[in-house]
Amino acid sequence: MRDVAVIGFAQVISARERERNEVELIIPAVRGALADAGIARSEVDFTISGSCDYLSGGPFTFVSGLDAAGAWPPVKESHVEMDAAWALYEAWVAIQTGDVDSALIYGFGKSSLGDLHEIMTLQTDPYTVAPLWPSMVDLAALQASVFLAATGRSDAELAAVAARSRRAALANPYAVAAEDVAEDALLARPVTHAPLRDADIAPITDGAAAMIIAVRDVAERHCERPAYLRGIEHRVDPQGLGLRDLTTSTSATLAAHAAGVADGPVEVAELHAQFSHEELILREALGLGDDVEVNPSGGALGANPVMATGLIRIGEVATRIRSGAVRRGVAHAAQGPCLQQNLVCVLEADR
Amino acid sequence: MGSVRTAVVGVGQTRHVAARHDVSMAGLVREAAREALDDAGMDFGDVDAVVIGKAPDMFEGVVMPELYLADALGATGKPMLRVHTAGSVGGSTAIVAAKLVMAGIHERVLTVAFEKQSESNATWGLTVEMPFSAPLVAGAGGYFAPLIRAYIRRSGAPSHIGHLVAVKDRRNALRNPKAHLHLPDIDLKAVEESFLLWEPLRYLDTCPSSDGAMALVLGSEDVAATVPGPVAWIHGTAMRSEPTMFAGRDQVNPRAGRECAADVYAQAGVTDPRRDFDCAEVYVPFSWYEPMWLENLGFCAQGEGWKLTESGATALDGDIPWNPSGGVLSSNPIGASGMIRFGEAAQQVRGRAGDCQVPLHTGRALGHAYGGGSQFFSMWVVGAELPA
Repeated sequence: MRDVAVIGFAQVISARERERNEVELIIPAVRGALADAGIARSEVDFTISGSCDYLSGGPFTFVSGLDAAGAWPPVKESHVEMDAAWALYEAWVAIQTGDVDSALIYGFGKSSLGDLHEIMTLQTDPYTVAPLWPSMVDLAALQASVFLAATGRSDAELAAVAARSRRAALANPYAVAAEDVAEDALLARPVTHAPLRDADIAPITDGAAAMIIAVRDVAERHCERPAYLRGIEHRVDPQGLGLRDLTTSTSATLAAHAAGVADGPVEVAELHAQFSHEELILREALGLGDDVEVNPSGGALGANPVMATGLIRIGEVATRIRSGAVRRGVAHAAQGPCLQQNLVCVLEADR
Repeated sequence: MGSVRTAVVGVGQTRHVAARHDVSMAGLVREAAREALDDAGMDFGDVDAVVIGKAPDMFEGVVMPELYLADALGATGKPMLRVHTAGSVGGSTAIVAAKLVMAGIHERVLTVAFEKQSESNATWGLTVEMPFSAPLVAGAGGYFAPLIRAYIRRSGAPSHIGHLVAVKDRRNALRNPKAHLHLPDIDLKAVEESFLLWEPLRYLDTCPSSDGAMALVLGSEDVAATVPGPVAWIHGTAMRSEPTMFAGRDQVNPRAGRECAADVYAQAGVTDPRRDFDCAEVYVPFSWYEPMWLENLGFCAQGEGWKLTESGATALDGDIPWNPSGGVLSSNPIGASGMIRFGEAAQQVRGRAGDCQVPLHTGRALGHAYGGGSQFFSMWVVGAELPA
């Protein structure tokens, strides 16, 4: 496999964006990533995005998104209707074929335009589940209940995750749900979807994120300390809630194993947990020890621009490696009800 | 092109009809996948990864339906990708799947593209008023008709050329048992007398709305040596996109299409497509797009496409048959239509195209798809022989 590294990353985040449309969110994200990498748009060989039409309520969201990224003269381009972490995967594959040496990846979405939690109901089986209208929060609460019951844990552990995430988010300029709050204070707040409280649920967030990756020689030319993708793997579980063990995430474990998470020390992990209990499930599924710093950015509980959230996890780890703060980290992305599909990425500084 | 030589080792598709009330979406995609795996002598367990493609989710009303379909396609515990590049998606999906093998990441990849248009309404799905955007409210035909009128004005083509394509492709479809439209009585007069939808397009100049799925199994050179049937080697793949809102675009003869073709021809060593291909399966959803794409893809000089069509060169017995399967004009499960082109091209070079089979001289064929407002293109060249 060719060595591929993250050399540029940028995000544009807003709690509920009233002024700018998706194109106007993508433009500064793409420009920011290019500037961060110190590379010209015309020098980037491949372009790919991840988005979801249903967030804006119309078809072909990615079409105008491409205008924001720039496509003249015509470009080699693709799009996945998936979190942009999977766009990164397709870009990595394109580089592995030898056809291209660098790629621009971006993800975007404005969850505030509709009712995100009900829109995601439409991800479920359209014949047998969706007609019952379980919202994504209902399904998550079901998983949280099963998980707590099976493991004997309490909602205090959920509150601990939520409080730590919200405090960490204070240091993240892109977070939209940040506060200096203690676990006990969160426990005193009302339970909204038993056993979950509002702080256990990722906030509605609008935004875009963009990333530049490149093969070793391009990366070394543009970046003092590239963050190399040592392993990037993804797996999916069957969707039916009766077809899988909700107390764990089998596909996350498979992806982590294939990506080589355990092949070295993990200093930091950014996990795409949209609910507090998902972090607890993912820590175990990925085999992360208690010494691993999890979600120093505040994670998805701090900001959740759907379709970019997973890519941002990778960007957050890459940024810490590029700054020299850590040498090796793990980033994770998820989509689908109850952590159905998972991508795990191991990033490392060179040598 | 990657280092691993890659082939289409299995092809399967549903019959295409207006409404498959007898199957769910999962049943539809599984039917195509099962046929492709049988063709390859494989089962779901043999597959390393699954790549799914379809056009906008609003065509069925399911958000990211691949999540619900993962189980039906045997993707449990495997990597699964969902591609969406507008109408070109069927082709793009096949290319993404092929890259997984070319790059040496996987040995056997199942790729499936589908649309179950009867679950929703495509014209509605295409004309939703978007926040912050000017509504188009035109559907696909309303979008492309002015471009066709521009082509007619530019080329001086006589008005019956589109109708010739409408008749030719429907006659080809009579030989294809899986085609949606079987119109045994179609002739020039019937097309001319069908009602006008978007000038100059009449009802019979347009594609149908179909339910259907197409599946391919792609394998490495090692895998190709073990499968029971003939394979179609991939000689080149290319994708190109250009902006939507840009005054410098030529939407009648898009630069992205020309450059995509030049790229895939260069990979395959094709210098004269009319001579170097035995046939082409090209995305022609409205009849006039045959002469337009003949020019865009370099099968003739600019302004000459309509003459090639009129001469009969693109007919089943012509020197360069276009859409021997009946094409998009005869079957249009939108998200699958591109992959059907890619798969039918593969079937031709495998000698498996049944009554639609063309004689093989060069043993090579072109698969083509486009989408959006002619800004997204995907193409591949397949051949009976190993690529050079």
